[in-house]
Amino acid sequence: MPLRALRFGLCQGLLARWFGTRRGASTLDWHGKISEMKKKIQSILPGGTWDQLNDTGHLPPEQADVVIVGGGVLGLSVAYWLKRLEKQRGAIRVLVVERDHTYSQASTGLSVGGIRQQFSLPENIQLSLFSVNFLRNINEYLAVVDDPPLDLQFNPSGYLLLSSEKGAAVMESNVKVQREEGAKICLMSPEQLRYKFPWINTEGVALASYGMENEGWFDPWCLLQGLRRKVQAMGVLFCHGEVTRFVSSSDHMETAGGEKLTLKRIHEVHVKMDHSLEYQPVECAVVINAAGAWSGQVAELAGIGTGPPGTLQGIKLPVEPRKRYVYIWHCPQGPGLETPFVTDTSGAYFRREGLGNNYLGGRSPSEEEEPDSGNLDVDHDFFQEKVWPPLAQRVPAFETLKVRRAWAGYYDYNTFDQNGVVGPHPLVVNMYFATGFSGHGLQQAPAVGRAVAELVLQGRFQTIDLSSFLFNRFYWGEKVQESNVI
Amino acid sequence: MAAPRAYLRLVSPVWNAGFGGARGLSGMVAPEGTQKKKRTLGQYLADHFSDVQALREYLTQRQMSKVHQKNWIPTNVKNQYGPYVAGAFFILKLGGSVKFQGQEWIGPNGYSQFRQGFLKFQTVPIEAVDASGCALNYNGLDNLLPLKELQTLSLQRCPHVDDWCLSHLYPLAHSLRELSLAGCPRVSERGLACLHHFQNLRRLDISSLPAVSNPSLTQILVEEMLPSCEVLGVDWTHGMKLAPEEPPQDTARPVPA
Ligand SMILES: Cc1cc2nc3c(=O)[nH]c(=O)nc-3n(C[C@H](O)[C@H](O)[C@H](O)COP(=O)(O)OP(=O)(O)OC[C@H]3O[C@@H](n4cnc5c(N)ncnc54)[C@H](O)[C@@H]3O)c2cc1C
Repeated sequence: MPLRALRFGLCQGLLARWFGTRRGASTLDWHGKISEMKKKIQSILPGGTWDQLNDTGHLPPEQADVVIVGGGVLGLSVAYWLKRLEKQRGAIRVLVVERDHTYSQASTGLSVGGIRQQFSLPENIQLSLFSVNFLRNINEYLAVVDDPPLDLQFNPSGYLLLSSEKGAAVMESNVKVQREEGAKICLMSPEQLRYKFPWINTEGVALASYGMENEGWFDPWCLLQGLRRKVQAMGVLFCHGEVTRFVSSSDHMETAGGEKLTLKRIHEVHVKMDHSLEYQPVECAVVINAAGAWSGQVAELAGIGTGPPGTLQGIKLPVEPRKRYVYIWHCPQGPGLETPFVTDTSGAYFRREGLGNNYLGGRSPSEEEEPDSGNLDVDHDFFQEKVWPPLAQRVPAFETLKVRRAWAGYYDYNTFDQNGVVGPHPLVVNMYFATGFSGHGLQQAPAVGRAVAELVLQGRFQTIDLSSFLFNRFYWGEKVQESNVI
Repeated sequence: MAAPRAYLRLVSPVWNAGFGGARGLSGMVAPEGTQKKKRTLGQYLADHFSDVQALREYLTQRQMSKVHQKNWIPTNVKNQYGPYVAGAFFILKLGGSVKFQGQEWIGPNGYSQFRQGFLKFQTVPIEAVDASGCALNYNGLDNLLPLKELQTLSLQRCPHVDDWCLSHLYPLAHSLRELSLAGCPRVSERGLACLHHFQNLRRLDISSLPAVSNPSLTQILVEEMLPSCEVLGVDWTHGMKLAPEEPPQDTARPVPA
């Protein structure tokens, strides 16, 4: 008898646990029921735990048309343009996979937010002009009903590039190209420079170019958050996890020249969830590699660059993280409100930061000086030895200054030619790149996103022709060199 | 689609001890009844919400395009009768006033009169424009940029004039003597910084700019940047009587010709 009761009780307990909500009221565990109901009501109310239970943010869907690896400004921009250019609302399912929702190491948040048209390549000038137009109308492009307008904090103060005697001819021809593309750039002699910016020491300066409009700096976070908010409203799915593997099928082919080629197509992306050993496979048709400084690694996951050297299969995506320091200093006698984004003949740069006589600047190290990119620690000696001396020489007021803060971030550095890589891989046919912009990716993101979306949806570039940024150039050894990399 | 995934998470702590547990569980979860109800409710909301959302999105877009429409560029007029006439047409249509050299002010009420006699203005430069309270934006400013003799420009309380607009004005840098930006809700210190191109400016009104984060400091910095210009700012706010409740088409505007 007691045994049966026990078994019965056990059974009931189990059942109650399994189908607790289904069972009718029992006088026996009335209190339990009440508290259960309370809990349920609580959880349904706003702010209750129900919301959390409903949050499937940690799980990606089992299927998506396009999986974007990397939720930085480039990945989000591709997502935006895919949704914006889709034929019919909701036609394509886009998933953005980002492993770090705090973006603690992402280049986007650690950049200095500059935008300029003073490039040497027409493509880069066009990308930047398109993007500045996007930024000017950001509250139309990224408007979300009921959400407050974005405050991009754009400082239209222009870039001032200084050139030595040696670089003057190149600068002049660059400015010609920039003007032809529609940029508002003017050339200045040292004398004009002294008149306009009396705080500059023009020693060693032969020529300067100065952006009158559409150049300056803005808040990169605002663009990132604005894009995020908008693409979410457009139905783009987000997932917090890391892409760790691609499952693909291969087709073996032979070229006319007899070279054996293996064409691959990715079918599944494995997304590893944060703090867990689990992964979720996501079936997909297209993968966008927008993993910034880490896009070389992501490409390798897809087998890119793993073939024998000298073959197309053996060519890596030449994008790697390169550490860059940014310092903020205070200088009470420093240049005033008119200060543009100045880049010196030495390559050191600075700009004003806010109104309180604070300035922000840095310098790209030479190839031999490249610091270890294993961490984001700041080398303060680099400022003392490499940044400060040329800047103090250029702006004598900077002889006395106090460094207030510094940080480091990664350039998504293209070691081949310091330019972006856009479009599909020739062998992994459904992986598209949007990466490698080596220090000017933020400002070009709105335009690059559109170009990649056009390729995915329409099969060709429509707004800006970026054919020279295709992956194939690494195979042919054709550099598209940009002379103005800061 | 949303419902089964929610349940997936509900049970996963129990079942996910092994590998790959996140998969394929959706079939074996939670009481059917609740699941069904939730799904339909969710769908109902999603369907209707997206409709309402789409409608509201459309309305916002339309509102924005209205501003764009107002800021047209009368290309035909410009090609045929020159920049002065085109500029005047544009400003008058927008509800502002213009002053040709040696003439009286022409206000929005003088529009029809101007239409009849505009031919005689073809070669007369415009020296002053008052666009106070007008829906002028970045694109519309293109109509003013060819007015090389423009000396006085008032953009007071223009709701769409922002920092981008100020950076767009540099072609007027040589001629402009007086500029008023008072009460422009979207002008900040970032835009004011590009006024350093305007070295001929004698009078600049930057009072009542709510987007300027630090008005007194900003005024000092602007004064340093434009040493030969009188800058009206914080100290003058009370004296200026720029009450925000004033209707945009106030009577203080110049008497129409
Ligand atoms: C100091 C500094 C100054 C700069 N200044 C400027 C400037 O003035 N103007 C300008 O235009 N540009 C500037 N840049 C460059 C600009 O920041 C970058 O080009 C741009 O932000 C690149 O955007 P992204 O989205 O590709 O990269 P990121 O913002 O780095 O985003 C990539 C994301 O991918 C994620 N990710 C990587 N691997 C995986 C994976 N396997 N699975 C899931 N997620 C993954 C990362 O977590 C990261 O969030 C600067 C950069 C630095 C470091």
